[in-house]
This record gives sequence, C-alpha cells and structure tokens, in this order.
Amino acid sequence: MSDSVIAPKATSGQPQASRISEAVIRIAGNSQDGIQAIGGFLARLAGRSEQEVMTFMTIPSTISGGPSIFQVRIGSGEVLSPGDEADVLLAFYQHSYDEHVTSLKKGGIVLYDSDHVEPNPEREPNYRHLGIPISSRTVEAIGGTGKDKGKNIFALGLVAKMFDLNIPKLEKLVTERFTGKDQSITQNALNAFHAGYSFQLDSAWATFHFIEGQKQGSTQVVMNGNEALGFGLIAAGVRFGAGYPITPWSDIMELLRRELPKYGGSFIQCEDEIASISMALGASYAGRVAVTGSSGPGISLKTEALGWGIMAEMPLIIVDVQRGGPSTGMPTNVEQSDLNIACFGGHGDSPRVVVAPSNVEDCFYTAIEAVNIARKYSVPVIILSDQAIATRIEAFEQPDFEKVVQDISPDFSPVAEHKPYDLSAPDGVTRHLAPGTRIASGKYPVVTGLEHDELGHPTGSPKLHQDMTEKRRKKLQALGAELPVPKVFGPPEGQILLVGWGSTQGPIKEAVERARAAGEAMSSLHLKYINPLPQDLEKIFAGFRHVFVVEMNDGGLYGHGQLAMVLRGRYADPKIRGINKTDGLNWKVREVLEKARALAAGLDAGKA
Amino acid sequence: MSTTLFQIAPRIPDLNIAPIPEGERKGLTKKEIAADHPTWCPGCGDFSVLALYFKLIEKRKIHHEKVTTIAGIGCSSRFPYFVQAHGAHFIHGRALPFASGVSLSRPDLHVFAFSGDGDAFSIGGNHFSHTARKNIKMTLVVMDNWVYGLTKKQTSPTSPIGFKSKTDQWGAKDRPINPMKQAISAGATFVARTTHTNPNHVLQMMEAAMDHDGFSFVECLSECIEFYEGSFDASNPRKGGKFELVPETHDVTDEFAAYKLASEDFPGKFGIFYKDNRPTKNAGEAQIVADMRAKTQGMKDWQILQKSFERMR
Repeated sequence: MSDSVIAPKATSGQPQASRISEAVIRIAGNSQDGIQAIGGFLARLAGRSEQEVMTFMTIPSTISGGPSIFQVRIGSGEVLSPGDEADVLLAFYQHSYDEHVTSLKKGGIVLYDSDHVEPNPEREPNYRHLGIPISSRTVEAIGGTGKDKGKNIFALGLVAKMFDLNIPKLEKLVTERFTGKDQSITQNALNAFHAGYSFQLDSAWATFHFIEGQKQGSTQVVMNGNEALGFGLIAAGVRFGAGYPITPWSDIMELLRRELPKYGGSFIQCEDEIASISMALGASYAGRVAVTGSSGPGISLKTEALGWGIMAEMPLIIVDVQRGGPSTGMPTNVEQSDLNIACFGGHGDSPRVVVAPSNVEDCFYTAIEAVNIARKYSVPVIILSDQAIATRIEAFEQPDFEKVVQDISPDFSPVAEHKPYDLSAPDGVTRHLAPGTRIASGKYPVVTGLEHDELGHPTGSPKLHQDMTEKRRKKLQALGAELPVPKVFGPPEGQILLVGWGSTQGPIKEAVERARAAGEAMSSLHLKYINPLPQDLEKIFAGFRHVFVVEMNDGGLYGHGQLAMVLRGRYADPKIRGINKTDGLNWKVREVLEKARALAAGLDAGKA
Repeated sequence: MSTTLFQIAPRIPDLNIAPIPEGERKGLTKKEIAADHPTWCPGCGDFSVLALYFKLIEKRKIHHEKVTTIAGIGCSSRFPYFVQAHGAHFIHGRALPFASGVSLSRPDLHVFAFSGDGDAFSIGGNHFSHTARKNIKMTLVVMDNWVYGLTKKQTSPTSPIGFKSKTDQWGAKDRPINPMKQAISAGATFVARTTHTNPNHVLQMMEAAMDHDGFSFVECLSECIEFYEGSFDASNPRKGGKFELVPETHDVTDEFAAYKLASEDFPGKFGIFYKDNRPTKNAGEAQIVADMRAKTQGMKDWQILQKSFERMR
C-alpha cells in the first residue's frame, strides 16, 4: 500500500490531478443495475493499460434484485487483494450508502445519486460527500425511454472524469460490450457515458491520475477465475465434459458448452450430478480426459463415482467451486470448507489428487497441470476453486498460446498385449487403452470398480487387494516426491509463518508485507498441491516459532481448520494452529494481521 | 509462468503390430469372444442373453475393439467380464450415463449396456428416462428377473404385487413398474420385449436394436431360478404358457398403440412395440460441432483460443 486517493487534499480554485499508484472503488447498488458492468469496464481498462487489477463482488442469491456490490482495485504496481477499504464509494441507493459508507477510508470520497440518497449528517465530517443527480441526468441524456437504465454508464463517465481515464479506450470497451445489439443501444450507452464524463464539476472535486503501469509492453487479458479455469481446460486438450447447474460452477459449464464445439468437442448438461460424473468417466474411458464439476452439494453426490474412478484408475478432472456450506448453505459466498471432502470424501481407501489455484491466472495453468497429472498418474484430480476466485476479475499476461495448448488425442495404435493394472510396471502407474484399440493377444481389459487382477477381472484374493491398494497409493506418493517445494514469501526464518491455500494468497501476502513494513518477522507459505502434499514442508516450518494456517473455514471441534488438521496429522507438529473464519467473505488484510498478532501474543504470553 | 510442470510423453505405438486391412480380418469365433466363465447360478436366464450376444457379434463380424460392453451392478451387470472385448463394469444404476459418455465421444463404437431391473428402473431410474429422452445412440438390454438376485431376494421395482421377498415377507405391496410403458413415455426411440426362453427372438431383437440409430431398449425376461423360480412360466410354451408375437398389424410408429400393447396382462406380447426415427443426441451434437467448426476452419486449436482471448483484453 503506497500513496492512495485519500492523501491529496482538494486545492482551492482549479483542481489539480494528483498522481496516484492505486485506487479502490466500491460500487454499490442493486444486482440488476449493471454495477458489475461498470466494474468490468474498469477492470478491462486497467488490463489494457498495463495495470494490475483485482475485483470483488457480492451478489444476492435471489433471482432478481437485492443489494449488490462490485469493488475494483486498480494499481500501477502489484495488486494482491481487492482492498480492505475503499477510496471511493459510488452509492446508487440509500441502502447502498447506509451499508457501505463505512467501508471507505477516513477521508474517502462518497459519490452518491442525490436523486435517491440522503447523506447522513453524522457521516459527513468523515468522508467527502459529492451528490450528483445520477438518475435524472441519465434520463435527460438518454431521452427518458429507458427510465434510469444506463445510469451505470453515466456513473462510469463520472469515474472516468475523476480518475482521468483513457476515454477512447473506454468508448471502445462500451461499444464492444453492445456489439451485435441495436445500434441505438450503443448510442444511448455512449450518450450516457459522455453525459457523465462532461458533468460540470465544482471545485470540491479532486481528480486523480494513475502513474503508468509497470507491465509495459506485455499484452494483458482480463477475466474471472471461472473463465480462466474453463479456458485452461480447453488449452489442456479437454474436449468433453458433463455437468449439472449449480452456483458458482455453472459459468464454467456454460463456457465449455459454448466454446468446446469450436474445437470439435462437446459439453453435455445432464439430469443430475451423478450422471454428470458418470458421463465424464465414460468419456475419459473412451480415450480422452474429460471434465465434470460442481460446488459442494454436487460434489457430495459425485463421490461414489469418484470412488470408481480411483479404483478403476481413470483419469478425470473434477472442478469444485466451493461456496458456503454445508447443504445449500451460502450459495453466493465464499468458503474453503470442501478441503476435507476433496481430499478424503468417499468410501474406502481412495487416494486422489487435489490442487487449488491461488489467483485467476493460476486457474488457467492449474487446469492444464491437473489434466497432465490426471493423465500421467491415471487418477482423478480435483481442482478446488472457490466462489471468490471464480467471480473476481484480474488482469494477467496472455499465455503463449502455441506453447501451452496441448493435443491429447487418444492413440488407437494396436498393441501386442495389454495389462492395465500391471503390478510390475516400472512406474507403478496404470495405462489404459481406449476402446477401439486392437490388442493382438486377443485378451481385452475390463475397467472396473471391483477389486481386480492385472487385466481388470474381479478377484477376491486378499493379496491382490493389498497389492492393488498399495499400487493406487504409491503412485500418488511418487507424485508427491515430484512436486516442487513451495517457496516461502519473505525470509525463511522468523516468528510467524502464515500458511494458506487457494484464493487467499493475495490478502495473506499483503498481510506479510504490512507486518514486515512494521518490523515484524512474518512470512507466508502458499500451498497449491493439497493432496498429496509436496515434500520438505517440515523443514520450512522448522524456521518459525509459530505456524498459522489461514483458512476460510471453521476451526472445528479441536481448534484447527481443515488444512491445519491435515498438516497436524502429517507433521504431528503442535505449533501448527488455525486462523479461521466463516463469514462468507474474503479475508481482509487487516483481519489476517489482527488474528495472527493476537494468536501469537496469546501463545507467547502463555509460554513466558 | 507459461509452462506447466507435468508433460506427458506420447504413447509409442507397438511397432510390431501391423494394421490389418479391414477386408482381410475374419469374424470372431465364440471362443474368441468368450472371456471369464459366468458366475451366474446354473440355469439362470442370463446365460442365454450372453450366448446370443456372442452370436450377434459372430454373425455381424464385429471385431473385438469395435464393441464396448458396459454395465452397472447386479447379477446381469457382471456381463462385461464374460465378454472378450473392451468393457467397463461401472457403479450401481449408472451404466447409462457412463455408456452415454462413450457413445457421445466415440461414434465409431457399438455401445451396449446390460442391466437388470433394479439397476435400470430403481437406482438408475432417472438415467433411464433421460437417456431415452436424449436419444443417445446405444443399445440397452435389461435382463428383467423381477427380483434382486445378487443381494439375495429383495423386492425389485418389477416384482409383482404379492411377491414374497425378504423385504416384503407378507407380499410386495407397491405397484410394479411397466418397463415398456416407462420407455415409451420417456421417449425411447426403439422399445422391444423378448424372453430368454426364445433364443431366436432374443437375437432378432438385439440385432434390430443394434441397427437402430438411437437409444434402443430391449427388455428381456430372464428367470432367476434361485429366487424367483417359475416367474415367467406363463410366457414359456414348454411350461404350458404362451409366447405371442406383437401382431403384424401393429403400427410400431404409433405411440398410443404401443402403450396399449404394453398394458396387456402378463405374459403380453413379444417383439418391437415402438420405433421412431427422431434425431439422436449424437447427431445433434455433431451438427453443433460442424456449424461451429465451419467458423474455425483451418485454424489450429491455439489460434482459436487466441482469438477468444483477444476479446478479453
């Protein structure tokens, strides 16, 4: 966190544009007002301007309407989290104002629609209030037919003015957004935008100018985590998928349904979650790793078939976009409470792979990696994403397409003989041949959920069950040995090591940066490979007095969250403790810091 | 980060195996098609379905690698182990979606699913309706014995009212499912009924089902001599019953006539009840792919992805 919007004071007379390196803008309205669209425009603009960007939104789980926010943080340097507090609040309604004005930094700017919002006199000394009749001015600009539809674009114009944004680029974005629609819609949008941009400012306004981004020369793409994950699967070579609608996974299935046919592939919407994983397993069996996905409740339904995939040693990708649980829980909120079901859910001894992407860009590459692990180790791989990463927008450098896009077409070349579950295979890994492959020996394999011999035929042999169970486990131990040891962020020794996984990487890193700036010996470690774990973590833990596992899940009966329990079980190290919460919202940097400091202080006091 | 950690070496084909031109390959013998000895009880009706499946493969000169046999769980569903060909033994009730995954991604294969009354109509009932509705190309043979055999005599969804099982000691009370009606109303495009005691008819029905372009369903009565002996005697002329074919006057494209035919009391009629040439899901998906591919013609996969990303800048 460096200089930000609140630092400059408005000067008298002609306002001067202050140069800033980052800003957090929170847009609060109702879900149907298109506030996501404004945020999306700002995020895209940042992406096209070599800036970093991260967004955060809340949407009600109701069908239409309800309060909703979109927060966008744009920075010329590294942006790790959507920001704890906003520099600017754009409030469309009284409830937006009342609910969110305190999310502003002290001295922050609240830009409100004076047609709907009556400012609170008690708040006025703390924040700079700027009322603009957004609704009526929009109606004026567009001509009144659309009521106040388009006020989001009007507000975008205001923001563009305030932050001296690149107008031609924004006009282009607005035009692109409405491409294919009636010309008059595009024109109305542009009219609203210009009306907002040219709204007569009074001298109380401060204006700002972003210093240039650091990513000069690179081409950035801007998308959310679900999009990155979906496209990553396509890049990985996945050409078949099956799923059932559930928030927040549905976006991925919709994307795959739309995109896969362009590549000769197909995505099928099934009658239920069980059919989805079954169909995907069928397609994997037929020769090419397929994908299914869901969120928590659906993952529960899939676990029997997952057991089959593990027993039959069938490569498969299962995406779990976690939300608040259990049961229907909090469908549009974030939680990291599916780690246990991902790692251990199911019957029997059923080792599988679990990986968790840590940011939007990582969603893209994790998808490719998951497919390659699934193929190499002939095993189902679960990608543990979550609602926060799924819906937040980030800009990242566009991939080297030619290099990352894989062809994993099945190979039907005939073979002399084949034993899928060969116990003497040098790497211990099963290799399936897709149906359609001729086997000259005339002995064909069966893939099965029954315990089986090397050809896949059922066996009741105690020795074979023991050997095959070991085989299924050992290949993942081999994978664990191959995984890269994660790097510590910050010095390798100190007082506190924060351990995180998945979407919390940004706020944890930012917490470490703040703590170190304040002279505290804090570092962090982020785990991407959850099951199996990479090696040598105990050596990293040895460098710290405290190891705190920061998770968005409950501390549980014994005071440790889900990853913390795994780590304690694995390393039997009592200094591993949990920092947990289940409010359905991302970690704020401040929350992480406060909890870590308090926990360490309590422990240190106890020991003293 | 632009590369990924795990790279897979492509499988190197076994160079010793020269491809055999299709015309020079002989059909398979029964010996070549048979795998494990079936684990069914002696006298089980399922033996005859298996024998006729072999006969079908033999007769139609289908090669090992061109047929895929898929099953769920149950006595009937042990089927894939007994067939020397690619096969999968999946979980209870879910053979159809698994087979759909194979069918939809592999138009070159004959996909056969074998199931029982519990697997198809009870735990897998939802999939039965939806696979039929979607008209996914495959053949489903349900070996219906009116009882759960593998778990030793519990009531099945087709057990008649009054059947005394271990879970209905006083006789079954629930109205049984009528598989023919179920299939017709769900939208199956080929619905036929046969019985294990008439081998020629079984073969005839399986062959017609295989040749049907769509979801073809054959209910084959298959007596469980262990837990429901004599269940189908009324359909077996050797036991004093009668085996009557669907009348020649029956219009197989008439859904209502088919439904009416299915309403007859046991033993009812045998043959093709209903047949419709509705387009398959397979064809529908292929059309979508063809339409979309027309727009990406000549582009490599990475170029298509690049084009998508250009719109996300």
